[in-house]
Amino acid sequence: MSVLIYLIPIALFLGLLGLGAFVWSIKSGQYDDLEGAARRILLDDDDDNKN
Amino acid sequence: MEPATVSDQPDLGESLSTEGFDHLARREKDGSYSLSVMVRGVHCAACIQKIEGALRREDHIRDARLNYSTGRLSMHWDGKAQEANDYVRTVESLGFGVVPYDAAEEESTSQQEERFLLLCLGVAGFAMGNIMLLSVGLWSASSEIMGLATRELFHWVSAIIALPTILFSGRPFFRSAVKVLAKGQTNMDVPISIGIILTGAMSLFGTINHSEYVYFDSAVMLIFFLLIGRYFDFRARKHARSTATGLLSALSGFAHVLKDSKIQRLPVRDLEEDMTVRVMAGEKCPVDGIVTEGRSEIDTSLITGETLPQVIENGSHVYAGTMNIAAPIQIKVMKRAEDTLLADIIRLMEQAGQGQAQYVRIADRAARLYTPVVHSLAALAFIGWLVFGGIVWQEALMIAITVLIITCPCALGLAVPVVQVLATGKLMKNNVLVKSGDALERLAGIDTVLLDKTGTLTAGHPALQGDYDGNSLRLAASLAAHSTHPLSKALAGSYDGALYELSDVRDHPGRGMEAVYKGKAVRLGSRTWCGDETAPQDEWMELWLSVADDKPVRFTFSDTLRADTAAVVDELKNGGLTPVMVTGDRQSAASSVAQACGIKQYHAQQTPPDKYKILEGLKTAGHKVLMVGDGLNDAPVLAGADVSMAPGSAIDMAQNAADIIFMGDQLSPVALTYKTACFTQKLVKQNFALAVVYNIIAIPIALAGLVTPMIAALAMSGSSLLVIANSFRLRLKT
Repeated sequence: MSVLIYLIPIALFLGLLGLGAFVWSIKSGQYDDLEGAARRILLDDDDDNKN
Repeated sequence: MEPATVSDQPDLGESLSTEGFDHLARREKDGSYSLSVMVRGVHCAACIQKIEGALRREDHIRDARLNYSTGRLSMHWDGKAQEANDYVRTVESLGFGVVPYDAAEEESTSQQEERFLLLCLGVAGFAMGNIMLLSVGLWSASSEIMGLATRELFHWVSAIIALPTILFSGRPFFRSAVKVLAKGQTNMDVPISIGIILTGAMSLFGTINHSEYVYFDSAVMLIFFLLIGRYFDFRARKHARSTATGLLSALSGFAHVLKDSKIQRLPVRDLEEDMTVRVMAGEKCPVDGIVTEGRSEIDTSLITGETLPQVIENGSHVYAGTMNIAAPIQIKVMKRAEDTLLADIIRLMEQAGQGQAQYVRIADRAARLYTPVVHSLAALAFIGWLVFGGIVWQEALMIAITVLIITCPCALGLAVPVVQVLATGKLMKNNVLVKSGDALERLAGIDTVLLDKTGTLTAGHPALQGDYDGNSLRLAASLAAHSTHPLSKALAGSYDGALYELSDVRDHPGRGMEAVYKGKAVRLGSRTWCGDETAPQDEWMELWLSVADDKPVRFTFSDTLRADTAAVVDELKNGGLTPVMVTGDRQSAASSVAQACGIKQYHAQQTPPDKYKILEGLKTAGHKVLMVGDGLNDAPVLAGADVSMAPGSAIDMAQNAADIIFMGDQLSPVALTYKTACFTQKLVKQNFALAVVYNIIAIPIALAGLVTPMIAALAMSGSSLLVIANSFRLRLKT
């Protein structure tokens, strides 16, 4: 059972990593326009030279 | 100013159309500028690319981003504020409409709220996942296998994850509970908050006292599932709100104001009494006013329901929302005097809005029944076990809390929002925008449909009827092609052969068109100007064609029904609804339309107050009424009806007053929306039934004190998933 000493922190760390990514994606506005995101995937973005 | 210069105006109007946006540009801290506008006509991915691509090719633009869901374009550039106008022109030249938008503040609070909910949801999801990881171990291994120390460790780790999560992610419920409690009322969030807090506290207590079971997983799971429902609910409401603000921003468009013989663009809401406003041909009058310059025709169909354009000249009154169709005019702004038509209608609308406020949503009705039951059950469980069960108070309290948790309305919290989000999403794909959250619920309960005629049952524009001599028709169409008058457009549109070459084409606003063909003067216009004044009058709209001294030829027009009107009316009748037509138009026009689409009851020549009286009559007789209309004259009825729909071609005020807006040339969305609403309501009721059945099974187990954390978790997620699965049947049904 002593392996849990390592496993639990690892599990928590990975979870927190995911949570961190989620918080980042919210803060950078990725959930503000879900409809648009669904359509933007169809765009050919070669000619967007400035971004 | 001379009338002559007035008619030169269209050119000037072109160059004016993008001025004024520089005032709206915001200066950022680093000296750059940003501007948010509403873009109209965006409907596909290619539009996003066209707009953003074109803007990004401009030199100074740092970023341009179009929010597809809200139609909002935000631009950010270095340089001068005036460049805003160039950028707007760039977008307009691609064929999109640009409308100023300044509800930025409201927008950002709603966005913050959405982010806050998402953040809470994310944290709860993270916590739930990690606690479950430990809980599964706790459930599957007895303490003999696991060892007491490991169990304690698991409990403590769960506590460390769960307690901050409860404090963080529970805030949406705590806030709402505190708010209603402060008002001395209660809602579903009160038992939820009590349940969550008590569970957390008791579990902590249990952890400290080496108890066998702790309920951190249940508390966090409860928060997670309820937040999903909350987030869906918020999305639905936000969507409704952004549709509404989009419409409002159209009202806050620009007017061309003449000041010191220069033309300025001013936002409509900044117009003041006695200002002179120029209204181009093809533009809507922004305000009520009196014509001071020019002679033209206006289309008042949206206000009066009258299909024929009316001639206006010096001194005529024009109303906000009427379309100027023939020539540029100048109007003097009248303040909303108490006796204007608009003021009447606004007053009626306010009155109507007050009468409608008492509607209680089914979810709230359920909560009102539910909360007292849950609270008293939990209290009973506590007292019962303490007095008759002979156990210590901690255990009795734990049982009371499990009752609270297990009856906590996860499924109830999801029952309405999930169905609603799915239904509004489905309707949106069919070009129906649902503006208010409970519109579908109200729609499902109606028994009578009030239908406006012009622009609702009919397409709202006239079409040529009858057969004519080929040569006259060709000549008339050739002349009509030069005019923007609705009758001329209908005439030109009905002829698809080659047109004659005409010379000296002249437009006489309010009378007709004149030109020279093969040396003869040709006139196309009103009866008094070039027609036979002795000819018998009938109900049709008409144009007369006269060639030199020949006998004039009469062309008649009627407002055509939308292609599917009769079918839709039939469908509504089959659904058990009574269609009633109300119109401001003449008796003869009304009866023929009513007959053509199979409506038995109709009321013609109704003023806006009359229409409202009909509605009130129906409501006092106990009917639940759906109003479908597009005009200003319908606005009070739209606001006062139990639920209302307006076509996308309706004036802004009608769209604002309506709960649901449908796009396109067809009436079929009305029937589709009604059917969807009925099915939605059926699903909501089924969901409630599922939740109740679940409670009937779960409550006795909880009261008996037999619920372990695993049973609580299974019961909760099971019922929630069942409700979600049931809601998705809406998707399956096309």
